[in-house]
Amino acid sequence: MDYFLTDTQAEIQNLARQIAREKVKPVRAELDEKEEFPWEIMKVLAQADLFGLYIPEEYGGFGGGAFENCLAVEELSRVCIGVSVSFAASGLGAYPILLFGSEGQKKKYLPQIASGQRLAAFGLTEAGAGSDAGGTRTTAVLDGNEYVINGTKQWITNGGEAEIYTVIAMTNPAKGSRGASAFIVEKGTPGFSFGKKEKKMGIRSSATRELVFENCRIPKENLLSKEGMGFLVAMKTLDKSRPGIGSQAVGLAQGAIDECVEYARERRQFDQPIISFQAIQHMLADMCTQTEAARALVYAVAKFIDSDPKDVSKASAMAKLFASDVAMKVTVDAVQVMGGYGYMREYPVEKMMRDAKILQIYEGTNQIQRNVIGTAIIKEAAGKKK
Amino acid sequence: MNIAVCVKQVPDASEVKIDKATGTMVREGVPAILNPFDTYAVEEAICLKEKHGGKVTTVTMGPPQAGDVLKHTVAMGADDVMLISDRAFAGADTWATSYTLGLGLKKLDSLDLVICGKQAIDGDTAQVGPGIAENLGLPFVAYVRKIVDVSNGKMKVERLIEDGYEVVEVSLPAVITVVKEINTPRMPSLKGKMKAKSLEIKPLSAEAIGAEAEKIGLAGSPTKVMKVFSPPPKGNRERIEGTPDEQAARLVEKLKGLKII
Amino acid sequence: MPIIVKVDICVGCEACANECPFGAIKMKDEKAVIGDKCTLCGTCVDICPSFAIEMTDEPRSAPAADLSAYKGVWVFAEQRNNKIVPVACELLGEGRRLADSLGEELSAVLFGTGMDVEAKSLIEAGADRVYQVEDGLLNEFHEDAYADALSQLIKKYKPEIVLAGATSIGRAFVPIVATRVRTGLTADCTALGIDSENKNLLQTRPAFGGNIMATIACPNNRPQMATVRPGVMKRLPADTGRTGEIIKEAPAGPLASRTRLLETIEEAGHKINISEAEIIVSGGRGMGEKGFELLKEIADMLGGVVGATRAAVDSGWMPYPRQIGQTGRTVCPRLYIACGISGAIQHLAGMQSSDMIIAINKDPDAPIFNVADIGIVGDVFEVLPAFARKLKELKG
Repeated sequence: MDYFLTDTQAEIQNLARQIAREKVKPVRAELDEKEEFPWEIMKVLAQADLFGLYIPEEYGGFGGGAFENCLAVEELSRVCIGVSVSFAASGLGAYPILLFGSEGQKKKYLPQIASGQRLAAFGLTEAGAGSDAGGTRTTAVLDGNEYVINGTKQWITNGGEAEIYTVIAMTNPAKGSRGASAFIVEKGTPGFSFGKKEKKMGIRSSATRELVFENCRIPKENLLSKEGMGFLVAMKTLDKSRPGIGSQAVGLAQGAIDECVEYARERRQFDQPIISFQAIQHMLADMCTQTEAARALVYAVAKFIDSDPKDVSKASAMAKLFASDVAMKVTVDAVQVMGGYGYMREYPVEKMMRDAKILQIYEGTNQIQRNVIGTAIIKEAAGKKK
Repeated sequence: MNIAVCVKQVPDASEVKIDKATGTMVREGVPAILNPFDTYAVEEAICLKEKHGGKVTTVTMGPPQAGDVLKHTVAMGADDVMLISDRAFAGADTWATSYTLGLGLKKLDSLDLVICGKQAIDGDTAQVGPGIAENLGLPFVAYVRKIVDVSNGKMKVERLIEDGYEVVEVSLPAVITVVKEINTPRMPSLKGKMKAKSLEIKPLSAEAIGAEAEKIGLAGSPTKVMKVFSPPPKGNRERIEGTPDEQAARLVEKLKGLKII
Repeated sequence: MPIIVKVDICVGCEACANECPFGAIKMKDEKAVIGDKCTLCGTCVDICPSFAIEMTDEPRSAPAADLSAYKGVWVFAEQRNNKIVPVACELLGEGRRLADSLGEELSAVLFGTGMDVEAKSLIEAGADRVYQVEDGLLNEFHEDAYADALSQLIKKYKPEIVLAGATSIGRAFVPIVATRVRTGLTADCTALGIDSENKNLLQTRPAFGGNIMATIACPNNRPQMATVRPGVMKRLPADTGRTGEIIKEAPAGPLASRTRLLETIEEAGHKINISEAEIIVSGGRGMGEKGFELLKEIADMLGGVVGATRAAVDSGWMPYPRQIGQTGRTVCPRLYIACGISGAIQHLAGMQSSDMIIAINKDPDAPIFNVADIGIVGDVFEVLPAFARKLKELKG
């Protein structure tokens, strides 16, 4: 379908598509097999200026918005979401600085992130604080001109590979979620180390590690916004980034469709290509319809976000929820269409199916998305005049 | 370093199909691309610029639409372009092309280096690079696979030969041709693409570069194409059928017949 | 515009548009229109059944000089490490044939010091005369020094034809010579002949990676120069009884070079020069790393070498110097066995002029079969092991 992209948006899409086809596709199976971080591809994306899509020009970016970023993420995801998550997670780490950073913090960090010279990452989750962010145990205590951070963040995408981390820690544990604050911590700071790389079901080329803080001292000016703003920073960041997960889902679903349509045209049973069977056509029809619906929703939400509205939580959660459920279903069906071949590692759809599952889990499980949407419904209803 | 890269627009070989019935090339609708060997030349020039500073100018001779490949080089990171285009250049062979490109290059100030791809994939002659060197009166090194060092007005390079490579030092300014091994060409960048999009290319005519009429185009070309034809049909003359064992046995018999074994 | 379509005569048959090797002719209102891609090759003029296309303006370049002053066929006898390269003797074989049909003499040009034995061997290979330029600088290859030395000789002796091998040396410096002496040069020829009408040299070469052939002449300039692909021409049996003249030629002034050779490194993968191999067993993506060990075994038994497609080289199974195709080397061995190679046009470009091509592939529609003399449809991992066993049996 034609979404009437501007020339610039079409260029972004073409460039990301070209990189995906020429640089990612040939190595995706190997990256998955070896669980190897795609540094070469990160360099290509950096050289192509894609890391700065959503960052204003004054900070060395391209000056686009969430929608432009979504177009790039979708194209990369069509080939491999292990690669696209490593790309997108840098944005997740950058948004807190973009949204809440001081002019000095923006000037210092955003150009490095926009150029892709340094990757960023976002550290929120802990062993005891997943969906319940109030369970955060990591603390930051002000000592003179420094904050001293202690605690461990878990399952941090780009952990160990990124150099700029935005981390949520409690500055006033007594106040619960209102006692959390956000900090910028650079790789190499004494007392800041990483756990081992996690072994995952899918998105295996991406790096997922623990961030370990042991009396890690950072300058006071690395506090983002004010003390106590940590959860607001986290929530606003996720509001911005969730359509990116939606784009990953749309791209992944489309990639699975591309593969299995191609296969169904070539695979012959009972003397005809299997695509001529209605059973296959109906499956493909549903897969395509659902994916297009997901794409339309994700694009609409991303454009909505770029109009800078007051509250995007509900729309943003809907995009992530719907698209990731579609991606899971479509990839399962893609394996089914390809039958035994689909189950073999020689073909890419089994990897796509393994990869899809994370989309329903990370950046808030789909159950949490429903909670967000539910809360928004309650708020809207309450706010309506009778 | 001020570097010029000579590039050519060629038909995309990967899109060229062969008509099975006639055995001739189907060229209808084949897209035009930047000659693949030239992408290595452009990449190397940009790398040198990133390392030593300076400017990269890409130069082509061709019809107005050849400006597209110049835009591609800008998207990769070239700073400036030169399109030499005039009906009078049509039919140029490698002699006339070298002469014409040489005149264009002479208009660029204080060049340190001219880089060309090893050859173009349509003509496969590999003659324009050395021809340009002669027209500019500059030293020439062919088949460079690595630029080792640039310092004190000299450049140290590794050049491919049949059974290995040579390490050669050449005084600058110079002309070199590069092979695929030298680098991996970068993707275009978004900012480069936007710059290329808005770029207006003004073609230079024969007059603008001060070309002598008897040295350009068909008239200035010593070689004349007498005939162009499809190679005699080959292939499918014989198929060896049977089980793998039988096929192998027949193959051995064939090779015996050919006195290869 | 030197080429025109006579609109009143054109019947719109599209023959020219279909045949134009450069895709430069489009049909508009059922008439042929020649576009900017036209290189004035003249194919359409010959093909038009209605004689509606004409070259209106004959090339303006008049004979540059008195062409009859140029006599004799020359072969540049390339040496590396004081050894004559094989293509030089092949060219003497072909040069002999050309010289005889013109009724002229055949000379060889040899560079470097301490080459007297080699000079004599050139006479034995068919030359009537050898011009030997003895200068230490020429022992190594320098583009400018080689170009200076050969240009000086050409200006002094005025040969009618100059041939050189299309080797990395020949293709690097001969174009400089041709540019300097203001004459035509045809690259990488695969056939040579003499035009019976005007005695011009007809030079045939593949273009577009061998998908079209072009015959080229150099009617108004001398000498007529060509580089010729190694392995195509036939050498004569060495005739130790042949005699000829050896002329030691001193350069007009001391030769100099703006390049300096610091070091020559032979690489393991390079030791075998695949462009000169007589038998090549080549593999593609379908072979896998293990498959290449099998190819090596078979190549060894046949006395050949292993080649590879770009995909196989990119996968790291073979080094780049073994890559055959558009971005690798061009080869034309006596026998080329393509194993698990589908036959992408870029690969075909590098090998389709081989004397005999045998293709083994499981896909009966693989394009490689279109250029193969013998096709075997089958799994390489079944056919090749069987073939290897049979070869072993033969060797006992």
